[in-house]
Amino acid sequence: MRYLPHSEADREAMLATIGVGSIDDLFSDIPANLRVHGLDLPRAAGELSVERTLGRLAAKNVPASSVPFFVGAGAYKHHVPATVDHLIQRSEFLTSYTPYQPEITQGTLQYLFEFQTQVAHLTGMEVANASMYDGSTATAEAVLMAHRVTRRKKAVLSGGLHPHYRAVVETTSAMASDVVEALPADPGATEDILARIDAETSCVVVQSPSVYGHLIDLAPIAARAHEVGALLIAVVTEVVSLGLVESPGAQGADIVVGEGQSIGNALSFGGPYVGLFAARAKHVRQMPGRLCGETVDAEGRRGFVLTLSTREQHIRRDKATSNICTNSGLCALAFTIHMTLLGEAGLGRLARINHANAVKLAESLGEVPGVTLLNDSFFNEFTLRLPVNAADIVEKLAAKGILGGVPVSRLEPGNADLANLVLVASTEVNTDEDRAAFVAALKEVLA
Amino acid sequence: MATYFTKDHEWVRVDGDIATVGISDYAQSQLGDVVYVELPEVGKQLAKGDEAAVVESVKAASEVFAPISGIVEGINAGLVDQPARINEAPEGEGWFLKLIIADKGELAGLMDETAYKAFLETL
Repeated sequence: MRYLPHSEADREAMLATIGVGSIDDLFSDIPANLRVHGLDLPRAAGELSVERTLGRLAAKNVPASSVPFFVGAGAYKHHVPATVDHLIQRSEFLTSYTPYQPEITQGTLQYLFEFQTQVAHLTGMEVANASMYDGSTATAEAVLMAHRVTRRKKAVLSGGLHPHYRAVVETTSAMASDVVEALPADPGATEDILARIDAETSCVVVQSPSVYGHLIDLAPIAARAHEVGALLIAVVTEVVSLGLVESPGAQGADIVVGEGQSIGNALSFGGPYVGLFAARAKHVRQMPGRLCGETVDAEGRRGFVLTLSTREQHIRRDKATSNICTNSGLCALAFTIHMTLLGEAGLGRLARINHANAVKLAESLGEVPGVTLLNDSFFNEFTLRLPVNAADIVEKLAAKGILGGVPVSRLEPGNADLANLVLVASTEVNTDEDRAAFVAALKEVLA
Repeated sequence: MATYFTKDHEWVRVDGDIATVGISDYAQSQLGDVVYVELPEVGKQLAKGDEAAVVESVKAASEVFAPISGIVEGINAGLVDQPARINEAPEGEGWFLKLIIADKGELAGLMDETAYKAFLETL
């Protein structure tokens, strides 16, 4: 029996009060062809039978860990130590929501504080928040923040920015009538972004390594931006790169945002992930999101608080710096635990292994007849130009049990110039056998 | 120089065509320690009742409304680094902004000091 608290009389009274004839009238805005008219669901089945059915469905997937896997483009397969999953499943962590009565949850606040400290160190910035939803929403929030700081409305986006991030920035900007000047896709890292920065520019958004894998020298872009009073927003989609590459903060970035999935978090079909957000201390009042601070209590003991909450919507209402009043708590915790296990030296070692693996792969793939490597520099991901349509080749590789990267046409559909390009990533999880299998398979499908 | 007050606890001091605007001693005492202030851009056009500034204390964030219409002629930029001045001297050093008065007639709708004191008694 279904439990429905409202009687027919209750429903009619409510409909009459708001002046609507029937419940269906409430859905009149939804086109009829999009409405569901009765669900054709199978009858209840026994547990064993359900397990069999679901098992059969699950077997249709190709788990990333079951095949040689070279897919990246913003989400990376790394080894996550078993300790991480074990610790985050403690119920104090697993079941708690973002703290609305924060000070009674000192453990939650302490790990958020440690997360922020790690993010600030990694990005080379002075302050970091307790996390955002993911890298793309963090980027959109950074653009809004830059508009508040500079009181300008125009964001210039590099053609090396992940197209999905660009789309999210364009969506939020359209809602606020802000201007977005997105440069064309830049697979060769040849764009002249300095020429696009002018006195109207609020911020320049540059991803490094770019979506095509190139490492971008941020210092000259920061210098040009600062000349005209604009901010540099640096975007990092592969946070492991910060174990090897000079931090965006050291290169002059004003806001650094990124995707933290690579540390502590599985691919999980694309989410939930954890957005990183760090900035210069002088702009802290304009930052979005929750900020955890360290303090002392009345007896002088170390403790943690949520601080500068007056920026947030539960206090500032419509004048809040952001609608975000929460954070990706559990993913941030996984990040914090994994990063703590790695330590600074461990992260550096992990980054070197990633880079070395990618270099080996790029060299062997570059020798396949007809294949050109587009990168002079890269971290653990690079772009190849194939002699034929890359999406077809990726399909053929998948049929051979190799997940051989992301065709650029998936990210930039309809751009014929990019149709033969493929993004290939290699992390610490790939073995020499994986690489050899990939190279051999590519030779076969191109032959 | 005449000083006028609003029911939202802003004050306006008129000197020729220029009006200096701040928050009253009562307002600062209600807010508690001010930790942050957001001031408008010079040149911004404000209509009476528009949000002119934001003031934030350890307890709350509040808007400061334009008591009369005008163009922002100057701001007390020093407040950004020393918001405590608003607590120390709310009706002096702690002023927020100066407006080029658009319509002196609007002043007639405000309270003078005596009326404001009487108004505070009713709160």
